[in-house]
Amino acid sequence: MTWDWSAVGDFMPHFWDGLLVTLQALALGSLISFALGLVWALLMRTPTRWVRWPIGVVTEFIRNTPLLVQLFFLFYVLPEWNITFSALTTGVVAIGLHYSTYTMQVYRAGIEGVPPGQWEAATALSLPVRRTWTAVILPQAIRRVVPALGNYVISMLKDTPLLMAITVLDMLGEARLYSQQHFQFTEPLTVIGVAFILISYPASLLMRALERRLVR
Amino acid sequence: MTSGLWELVLKGIWITVQLLVFSALLAGAVSFAVGIARTSRRWIVRFLAGFYTEVFRGTSALIMIFWVYFVLPLAFGWQLVPMWAGTLALGLTYGAYGAEIVRGALNAVDPAQREGGIALSFTPWQRMRLVLLPQAVPEMIPSFCNLLIELLKGTALVSIMGMGDLAFSGNLVRLALQQSAEIYSYVLLIYFVIAFLLTRLMRGLEKRLKAGIGRDPGTEAAARELKRAQTTGVGAASGGAA
Repeated sequence: MTWDWSAVGDFMPHFWDGLLVTLQALALGSLISFALGLVWALLMRTPTRWVRWPIGVVTEFIRNTPLLVQLFFLFYVLPEWNITFSALTTGVVAIGLHYSTYTMQVYRAGIEGVPPGQWEAATALSLPVRRTWTAVILPQAIRRVVPALGNYVISMLKDTPLLMAITVLDMLGEARLYSQQHFQFTEPLTVIGVAFILISYPASLLMRALERRLVR
Repeated sequence: MTSGLWELVLKGIWITVQLLVFSALLAGAVSFAVGIARTSRRWIVRFLAGFYTEVFRGTSALIMIFWVYFVLPLAFGWQLVPMWAGTLALGLTYGAYGAEIVRGALNAVDPAQREGGIALSFTPWQRMRLVLLPQAVPEMIPSFCNLLIELLKGTALVSIMGMGDLAFSGNLVRLALQQSAEIYSYVLLIYFVIAFLLTRLMRGLEKRLKAGIGRDPGTEAAARELKRAQTTGVGAASGGAA
């Protein structure tokens, strides 16, 4: 096994570029998935099954099919319908959409975890529906689910390398480009592998601490 | 689409199914070996098993696949057949998640059961085999079902390395026909059908195993959902008390 530190040094500038793209995709993807997941979760609680049923089928479908193929779908099919985004935007939308079907389940579990007495109290105070949600139910539900959402951010981080497949130069994209140009595979791939562990392990410790504090 | 192209897709399905079966077997073996090792009495065994899970859960499955394909041959001179390289990368990664499921379920067994085993002077191995595992395994099935679906989705990653699985055959058809909506819809639909069949299979298994120990299947779904990110391939944080 040969390890070349100078290759690591040469790769580092590319690494920082890639890290920036990865973090951008992660931040935007998280925002989309948090917002969209809440929308799905609330729509799933509407009384009419004509809303619940389609949403349930679509989200189940998205959750059970590979993100990679969904990326290809958005990347190659949307231009055929004359909708063109940059590769990064497409990737962010795909990740956000994919993970919104997971966060939806988290929100649902959080909402169901709010004690029934809270609903009854809101009814007794004759709070309007809107106010019941924004002032009573959601603050309690979201508090419970923050650590679970955080864990999905970490898993999103580990799915961002997939964006490489649609030409985004994230960490893995930069590493592959560098490897092919210099024919040194060991160093860049190991560097980003270690980088992922260095980011995700402390983040997971943070989520565990958060869980102890928020969920009792 | 012509019949020749459909043949390509069928071949892709076959490769995906093969890869799924092999890597699920490897992941299952790794889960139980590492998960049981994490409940060992010796700290060094616990530490090594914990280190393994943190490393493999910390990186991305795709990076592991790149590593096995590109670094392993250069660094150690092991050139693996694509199928085995894919199996190795996926099995080791998803096995690390599975180990958390096994550990969580073993820890959730009532301590009195273990003490009962000690009182009957069972050896540690007998306790594991006759007392703990029969009660813990049915509890693992729903989480393993989620993990299996994640593994199915993970098999699509090998297409990036040019292995001819279902996702790869989709790309070939796109290049042949110069249109993507149709073929990618079919590919997504096929993945969904496989996932649906797997879910059904696992649910049946859960019912049978739980009937064996006199419990109802499918309880505490909401509590499990909050832990899902940690116990399946889509999560990172360590399990805690799952």
